[in-house]
This record gives sequence, C-alpha cells and structure tokens, in this order.
Amino acid sequence: MATTATTPARESRDSVVIRFAGDSGDGMQVTGGRFTIETALAGNDLTTFPDYPAEIRAPAGTTYGVSAFQIHFGAVDVMTPGDQVDVLVAMNPAALKVDLRDLRVGGTVVVDLGAFTERNLAKAGFTTNPLDDGSLAPYQVLKLDVTKLTLDAVKPSGLQSRESHRCRNMWALGLMLWMYGRDREATVGWLKQKFAGRPELVQANVAALNAGHAYGETAEMSAYGVGYTVRRAPVAPGVYRTVSGTEALAWGLLAGLRATGLERMIFAGYPITPASVLLHTLAGLTRYGVITFQAEDEIAAIGAAIGAAYAGALGVTSTSGPGLALKTEMLGLAIATELPLVVVDSQRAGPSTGMPTKAEQSDLLQAVHGRNADAPLAVLAAATATDCFDVAIEAVRLATTYMTPVILLSDAFLAHAAEPWRIPDLDRLPRFPVRFRTEPAGFHPFLRDAETLARPWARPGTPGLEHRIGGLEKDYDSGHISYDPENHARMTRARAEKIARIAHDIPPQSVALGADHGAIAVVGWGSTYGAVHQAVRRARQDGVDASHIHLRYLSPFPRNLGELLKRFDRVLVPELNNGQLVQLLRATYLVPAESLSKVQGKPFKVSEIVEAIR
Amino acid sequence: MTVTTITDAELQPKDFASDQEVRWCPGCGDYAILKAVHKAMAEVGARRERTVVVSGIGCAARFPYYMSTYGFHTIHGRAPAIATGIKLANPELDVWVMTGDGDGLSIGGNHMLHVLRRNVDLQIVLFNNEIYGLTKGQYSPTSRRGTKSPSTPRGSIDYPVSACAFALGAGARFVARSVDTLQAHLVGVLERAHAHRGASFVEVFQNCVVFNDGAFDNFTAKDGAAETQLHVEHGKPLIFGARKDRGLRLTPGKLELEVVTLSEGGVTPTDLLVHDETNRALAHLLVALEPPAFPVALGVIYCNPAPSFEAQVHDQAAAAGAGRGVPDLAEVLMTKEGTWTVR
Repeated sequence: MATTATTPARESRDSVVIRFAGDSGDGMQVTGGRFTIETALAGNDLTTFPDYPAEIRAPAGTTYGVSAFQIHFGAVDVMTPGDQVDVLVAMNPAALKVDLRDLRVGGTVVVDLGAFTERNLAKAGFTTNPLDDGSLAPYQVLKLDVTKLTLDAVKPSGLQSRESHRCRNMWALGLMLWMYGRDREATVGWLKQKFAGRPELVQANVAALNAGHAYGETAEMSAYGVGYTVRRAPVAPGVYRTVSGTEALAWGLLAGLRATGLERMIFAGYPITPASVLLHTLAGLTRYGVITFQAEDEIAAIGAAIGAAYAGALGVTSTSGPGLALKTEMLGLAIATELPLVVVDSQRAGPSTGMPTKAEQSDLLQAVHGRNADAPLAVLAAATATDCFDVAIEAVRLATTYMTPVILLSDAFLAHAAEPWRIPDLDRLPRFPVRFRTEPAGFHPFLRDAETLARPWARPGTPGLEHRIGGLEKDYDSGHISYDPENHARMTRARAEKIARIAHDIPPQSVALGADHGAIAVVGWGSTYGAVHQAVRRARQDGVDASHIHLRYLSPFPRNLGELLKRFDRVLVPELNNGQLVQLLRATYLVPAESLSKVQGKPFKVSEIVEAIR
Repeated sequence: MTVTTITDAELQPKDFASDQEVRWCPGCGDYAILKAVHKAMAEVGARRERTVVVSGIGCAARFPYYMSTYGFHTIHGRAPAIATGIKLANPELDVWVMTGDGDGLSIGGNHMLHVLRRNVDLQIVLFNNEIYGLTKGQYSPTSRRGTKSPSTPRGSIDYPVSACAFALGAGARFVARSVDTLQAHLVGVLERAHAHRGASFVEVFQNCVVFNDGAFDNFTAKDGAAETQLHVEHGKPLIFGARKDRGLRLTPGKLELEVVTLSEGGVTPTDLLVHDETNRALAHLLVALEPPAFPVALGVIYCNPAPSFEAQVHDQAAAAGAGRGVPDLAEVLMTKEGTWTVR
C-alpha cells in the first residue's frame, strides 16, 4: 500500500449519487455491487439501480452496449436511486455519451483516458474528443489513464494483457472507495473467494483495487480536493443486509409457504424479461420446499401452478405484461374453480413487446379488469425492494384464506433495485395455517365459509371428498354444473362479494407522510414510493399542506380509502402509465383525481412530482 | 404427501361412475370409452380417492363429471399443463388426461408435445373422431382431406396430423391405439397404459354419430375387420386376416412394410416381422399403415419406459435436501458476503 503523503480535507455530504458506466464487458455491475456492500457496511442508507443493455452481447464500445450501475447513499432516508448523478465514472467514450446527460452541473466525471482512443470515440459517435472540445466545461473532470495505471499495478501477477485489462474496474472501485472513505476488506475477501484456485487473478485484482485506492490517497489526487465524508444513517438496531426486490419477493413467497404450513410450493414460470430472475432465484431454494418448473409457455406455467394448487400445494407463477395477457384465460379458470394462486407480474413498458428492460406501471388495469366476464381477484403492489418481502407473504395469505388468485404487481425497477434490509425476526412473521377439508359429512366443493365466503380446499388423496370442479358454472348449493339463470347471478355476486370482503381483512389505508386531510393528497402505488415520498417531503418543507398516500391494496381498495381521499382539496395520482389508478379512483369514489403520467421507461424524478404538487 | 388407502372391498366398474346423468348424444362412442375406463380402473385396483381425471374442452372433456374419482374439467387444450402441476405437487396421485383431436392436437398441440417429451406419469387418452363435435361439426386437425363441414363447405384442404405419429415424434415412451367398439381390446390397452410409468398415449378411434358417423367404418365394421385390423402383440408375428394367413414383412432392400400372404410365393411364418414394442423405428412404420393397402395397427405399438419427469424432479429435490424437516428461513436470509449489525 502506498504511503499516505497527505490526508486531504474531506468535505461532508448528506447524500451522494454515483454512477459507474462502461462497456458491458467492463464489469460495471460487479463494481457497483461491491461499492454497495462496502457502503452498507459503512452504515449508510442506500438505494441502487442497475441499468444494463437489452442486447446480450452488444458490440464493444458502442452506445447500446453501455452498462451502468447507480447508487444513491447517504445519512438521511434514501428512497430513490437519485434524480441526478454527482459522480459519473465513465470507462469509455460510449459511457460518457450515454450517461453524461444525467450528471448534475458541477458534478464530477472520472474518465479513463486510456479508453478515449480515436477508434472508441468513433464507435461512440463522437466527431470531436469531448475531453478537448470544451463540452465538459460545466463539470469537474478527472482524466486518469486508468488503463495504464491498472496494467502497471497488475504486472507482477504475470497475467495476459486481456485479463490484466479486465482489472480496470477494480482500480476504479478502489479510487471510489477512497473518495468516500470506505474500507476494502470485504471486497478483498470476496475476490479471494470468487477466484479461489486462481491466485494470480486474486493477486491482480487486489493489486488493482489497492492501486486505485492508493492513487486517491497520494498527493496526486488531493490536488483535486475530492474526498468526501457521508455520515452514517440513523437506523434501527438489528442485523442488516442488502436485498434486491427479486430476492425479497422470493424469500417472501418462501416465508408465505412457511406461514401456511404447506409442504411445498410449485413455482412454474416461462422465461420473460424482467421476471426470469425470480425463477432463477427460487430455483436455488429447492431444499426449502420449492419446486420450480420451467414450462413450455406462459399458459402452461400458470396451468401447472393451478394444477398444483388443486392438488394441495402452494401454486405460484410469475411473468411480465405480455405473459400476463397469455395467462388471462387460466386466471378465469382459477377464479371459477376458486383455487388459491399467486401470480407475480414484473411490469415493463408496452404495449406488446414494448421496452422489455424498462419499468412501467401499465398493467394495473389488466390486473384488475383484464379478463373475460365478471372475474374479480385480489391485486397487490410492492412499493420498494424490501416491501416485496411483506407483500409476497400477504399475497400468499389472501390467496389461501380466500381461495382466490392474487396478482402481485412488481416491475422492472423493483426486480433489480436493491436496498439495505433489516432481517426480520422470523418468529414474529405472520402465520396462517391452511386447513384442508377432510370431513366427508356435509361436504360439497362450493360450500362457503360464512365469513370469508371461501370454499373448502379439498385435495385429491382425501377419501370421501372425491369431487369434480371445472370452468362451467356450478350450483351454489351443490357444486354441480348449473345453467340456471338465478344461480349464475347468485354465483357471480358471491365471487365479487368474496373479493370485496378482503377489504375487512386488511389494514385501513394509512397516510405515509402528512396529515389525513389537507390541501393535496399525492396518491401513489408500486415502485414510485421513494420519489413520491421525497416530493411530498420537499413540498411540505416549502409550506405546502401535502400528504403522501401509497396504496398496497389495489383490489379491493382499503375500506376507508374513499372517505380519506374526500378529505383533501386535491388528489394527485403520479403513475408510470398513461393514467390507470386515477381512472379506478375516479370511477370508484367519484373524486376529481388528477393524473400525473410518465411513460418514458424511466422512474419519476422527485422534481417532476414536486412541480405537479405546486 | 401421504395418501390414505382404504382397504374396503374391491371396487367394481360401477363404483367408478358418478351420480351425474351422462349427456353425450345417444349412440356416441364416448359411452363405450367411459365403460372401458370404469372397467379398466376396477381391473387395476384403482383407488377413487387417489385417482384424478383431468380434461380440457370438447365432448370428451365432459368425462370427469361421469367419474366418481377426483376430476378437473379445465380449459381448451390445457389439461396436460394442469395435470403436470398435479403430478409435481403430489406424484402419488394416479392422473388421467381425457382429450380429443381438437383439444389435444389443435389448440393444445403444444402442451401435448411437451407433456410427452417430458414423460410425465399420466395416462393420456385421446378420443379421435376426426371432427369438432361440441361446436357442431367443423373439420378437425385429424380430418381427412376433402372433409366437408360448416367451415369447409367445399372440402378441407389441409393435410391431417396422425395422432400416434405426432406422439412418437414428440418422444412418447408409450403409444397405443384402440377403437371405441372393441371393448375388451380397449380395456386391455388402458390397463397397459396404466401399468406404464411415464406418459402413456392412447389414441381411441371414436365414432361421432351426429357429425362424422361412420368415419372409421372402413376398418371398424365387423364385416371385414379381420382383414383391416392388425392387432399387434409384443414378441408375436405381425399377422392378420380371418384365416390368420396374412402378415407384414420388410420389403427386401427397402425400409418399408409390405403385406404378404403365407404360403404364397414361398412366404413362410419366419419371413414375417415379429412385433417389438421397444423398437421406435418399427412403431413409426406401424402407425403409418392405412387402408385399403394396409390394415390399421391396433394395440400397444410402442412401450419403452424411462424414468418419469416428476419422479426425477423429486429425486433432484431430495438430493438437494428437500423434505428434511421444517425449512430454515434464517439460513436463506443470512449471507456470507455482507450482513452488518446495527446496535
């Protein structure tokens, strides 16, 4: 390690947004992930978001091959990945071209001079070199030959040039860790584990990491005066880890399985971006009672989940918008046969194939209404990566308690976003054991519970309960096929009433920030939570009598929601769609709710919502 | 999951019938298939509580309502998917899929392909009447070219799919064929299908009296059936005819079958092919035989078992440690690379 010549004065910051950007092959996701861990270990609150190209192997050096990872960390509640970037690390010209637009004026950009070759500049579409033509004048630019510095540092390890070159990301990581006063121990340990059996790679990567750090520590860097301190965030005691929305969702489903006491979960899915990661995550949990099944298509996936539910397992399927459309008829079958089912929809921009890697909230109406005939079910939405855990448990509870399909709305953002999570006390998680029907006396398959209106769950293998169910309408009193007009009306209303009664079994709608009455309620749902919350907080600091209401339950709505909304002069509904929740609220409660719509495949900026509140 | 087995008296065929009035058209071949299934279940000692009959949509799909077992009448073409989920959830269940030519080979063709190639342990009975009955008589994917129907008034143009050739092509390990009117034969085939662990595919030629009456008369009519049907049996020569004097052999020098008559042109019994139900190539040749040049091959055409899908899935899970006590969630949530404690 280099000697510390001078310790530069560190400036204190409440929160900072860093974006690592480079070519797909530059290891930016790894760099961001490691920076996240070190930052979490340093006690900051944080939110991260990876942004990688849709192309699997885009040509090196092109703008569409740019992969980025953004982290927002700080001493205060950090709820979004950040509107504007404070520090951009651009490993090549293409990354600079794509990501510079999000750097705030006065922000810092670190570029690898060694990558700014004529060839790379041309590939990125630059006609002049941005490092020389004055276009970076509004920013503080650190031009470092990361490539050469890395190659020098790793030389003793004797690696081939290609492998040496790949250590650049560790050099950049080392520099950024120095810049924010972070440790490197966890990353060194991680490198040793990752490259176990290849000591030369461990040596090279650790050397690059240390070299980047040392570079910051020497006088060469202090001239720029760019060392910062970010205080620890005040957080509740407990054991923490970082968690992505996908991980939280997978574990929440597992916790839900545990809460039911059922022996196994059958999770059936078909590969679709951005939902596949949930299939992958659950596929690793086989020993905990999860069986994953990659079906031949979206229809078969939900079909297998329904079959599993019929046979007495927890049936779960997962998809994204186009896949949910394919599952529509099966959802109708699950509604008609009144079987428990959890369907996770990781929403993405559409219609049709749309923009598969970009988040949107545009499946809400499809989830609530998108089926033939009167086919009600429960719809929940997760607000943050950690919220996915609790919402998944709740989805399992409602599905098994009410014998109904439940759609859990997530999105492309939540699937990948990560934040610190206090690992819950497992003994305090809810329990809702399933009681299968076993008593033959008086049984028929559509005999309803007086309170929940749920039918009994009678699984094959139980003697004396042999029965037939299907998509045909059945008689309310016997469960046999019935075309009787009055009976159909009665059954249609019973199915609707069963879902409506869920409203009595969920918490009344609370206000996330502000009073339960006032000038303006900003009503959000899903992954816009952080942006809406910060916007309302800012508006309140500016003296606006604003409140933040965030809906987890979208069908049915909490029982007090209409009355709550009517206590505000204005109701503003920001959504990443062309105005869907706003329609439901207007139609349900006759409130003059206003829409704030954004459909760019990008999250809201806090400032956009603040603007609309005013 | 533990399945309770009742040790009551042996069940009779009638014990597998439900109390529901059977509502197929009078004279429909489905009645005979229902009867054969009841009989086969009694013969194999099936338990009602652990038997599940799954169907899609169509005339054949009404089947579960007429059974006293568990039953699931699902949606068009998707019964194999739902049956797969049932077997994954509880491999102990004895699951039958009842489907038709439209349900199984048109709207559900994709699921049929995959359930067969995966080899899920199911009995799949495809009622082939070469017509859409429930929607009132449109031509189906197995209808012969030129079939006149409400949707093809000038005759159908597309070539039909052969159910058994499709199943073999999909990788099915058990392929058999029978006829609704051959009661004893059908019961025997169903019993074999039940005994086979893995996906058992049974095509039953079934007469639709209303929309396609007599479609199979050319080989099912009692007069001449001996000359138009070849009942295959493993290890026995491929022989047919009222006097058992006709048989199949490979045409010398070609990969094709030909009909020969014993004692004509010096043909002896040793010249005839012996049925080998484990030979996939022979199965392909047999399912392609059509009248009038050839008899129709009936019986167990191919049976070559391999481990079933759901059994292997559960073996994998067990090897990974599944089923050993209550899952420890805490173990999942902790991670080696970065938990931290705030005090």
